[in-house]
Amino acid sequence: MNERESEPPGLSQGLSSIVRRDILLAWKRPGDVLNPLFFFAMVSTLFPLATGPSAAQLAFSGPGVVWVAALLAMLLSLNSLFLSDFEDGSLDQLILSPQPLPLLSLGKAIAHWLVNGLPLVLVSPLIGVSFQMSGQTITVMLLTLFFGTISLSLLGSIGAALTVGLHRGTALLSLLILPLAMPVLIFGARTVSLAANDTAVSAGIYFLAAYCMLALTLAPFATAAALRISNE
Amino acid sequence: MWKFLHKLASPPHFYDLSAKMIPWFAIIGGIFIMYGTIAGLFFAPPDYQQGDAFRIIYVHVPAAYLSMMAYMIMAISAGIGLIWRIKLSHAVAAAAAPLGAWFTFLALATGMIWGRPMWGTWWEWGDPRMMSELIMLFLYFGYMALRAAIDDTVKADKASAVLAIVGAVNIPIIHFSVEWWNSLHQGSTLLRDGGPAMPAEMLYPLLAMIFGFTLIFGALLLGRVRTEVLFRERRSRWVRNLVCAQEGRNE
Repeated sequence: MNERESEPPGLSQGLSSIVRRDILLAWKRPGDVLNPLFFFAMVSTLFPLATGPSAAQLAFSGPGVVWVAALLAMLLSLNSLFLSDFEDGSLDQLILSPQPLPLLSLGKAIAHWLVNGLPLVLVSPLIGVSFQMSGQTITVMLLTLFFGTISLSLLGSIGAALTVGLHRGTALLSLLILPLAMPVLIFGARTVSLAANDTAVSAGIYFLAAYCMLALTLAPFATAAALRISNE
Repeated sequence: MWKFLHKLASPPHFYDLSAKMIPWFAIIGGIFIMYGTIAGLFFAPPDYQQGDAFRIIYVHVPAAYLSMMAYMIMAISAGIGLIWRIKLSHAVAAAAAPLGAWFTFLALATGMIWGRPMWGTWWEWGDPRMMSELIMLFLYFGYMALRAAIDDTVKADKASAVLAIVGAVNIPIIHFSVEWWNSLHQGSTLLRDGGPAMPAEMLYPLLAMIFGFTLIFGALLLGRVRTEVLFRERRSRWVRNLVCAQEGRNE
């Protein structure tokens, strides 16, 4: 009786507990976290193998390669964002819980970024060095990847929510998300190549930061709406 | 006004009304396109720089404009369907997507045919409008793929509506981000300060084509919505009555 009358946990508590839960789940299955990272490193390796090892060319194509590889790695990990929740019924509980669903969607996206996006950002300097980037370029790359991967986690959560429970969801998810992700890719990759040519870069970084803020405010609502529809 | 809208949203009423509207749209649109084609191809003077090659704008500009218009119609009617749960507007969104994709394709194809003699290349990656149109085509593909992947019509309607709205929010951002590149595309001649930079003999056929294309698009859209409504309401009584009446007439 006492249990029923007690207040439901507050907003921040709801948010932090879902983030903690998802990180714990990822911690128990480290393979799921490492696979996208290996994928990221391997795709970056493929490009020099395909285009030849000349240093000038690597320096020229490096920013684009790192960004395309990061985008694909994020897509790869997004597919499973809501899948296990959908399969074991936790998604029903999330939808029924007293916390607003957009907040919980935001929590899922934050956890996804902490588990998949942040390691990718941290590994990227290694790839930058192998592509002959200067220290300053690598700093810019870290900044753009930081804002870019947060945006991709949020944007991707909309697509993952729309395709959860569908057969052949992976290809569909890429088809839905890639066109929407193009502004992030354009600004991310172009800003890093501008940095490599010692040109002003602040405009691109501001744009990515603004996009990130927009995604933080709007995407959780779209994700929540999509989750409700997919789980009917 | 509200009563009219309410009545319009009922499928049988829409089915009757659209049957009366389609011939008007098609005939008037056809007349405008006929005038635009003849005047544009034979009477408009050749461009002093581009010669006769400029005449492809009489297809290119209306197609490009309709490719965006169709997305707007799709996103707005999907939003109306999602918020007020009007079944008919979901049918409009479903019917508008393939049409929009075809107009996008037409705009891209005519742009490429024009670009070959003018820019010396079929495809120019640096051109922002070409890129926006291409991304637009991908957005249409994504929308149609999501719709096709969900078997349940009601669920497909709602899920694709969310996608259409997210896409509509993103289109200005996509457009701006590709604009950031250096542009090869000539600036807009029609919508600019100080009126269109085009002699009247060139301009009037173009306006006629835009208007005619829009009407034909309207006729095609209404026709597609009609079949979509018939299919969705195939178990309802009014459709059964309709089919029975049709069969009675044939016998």
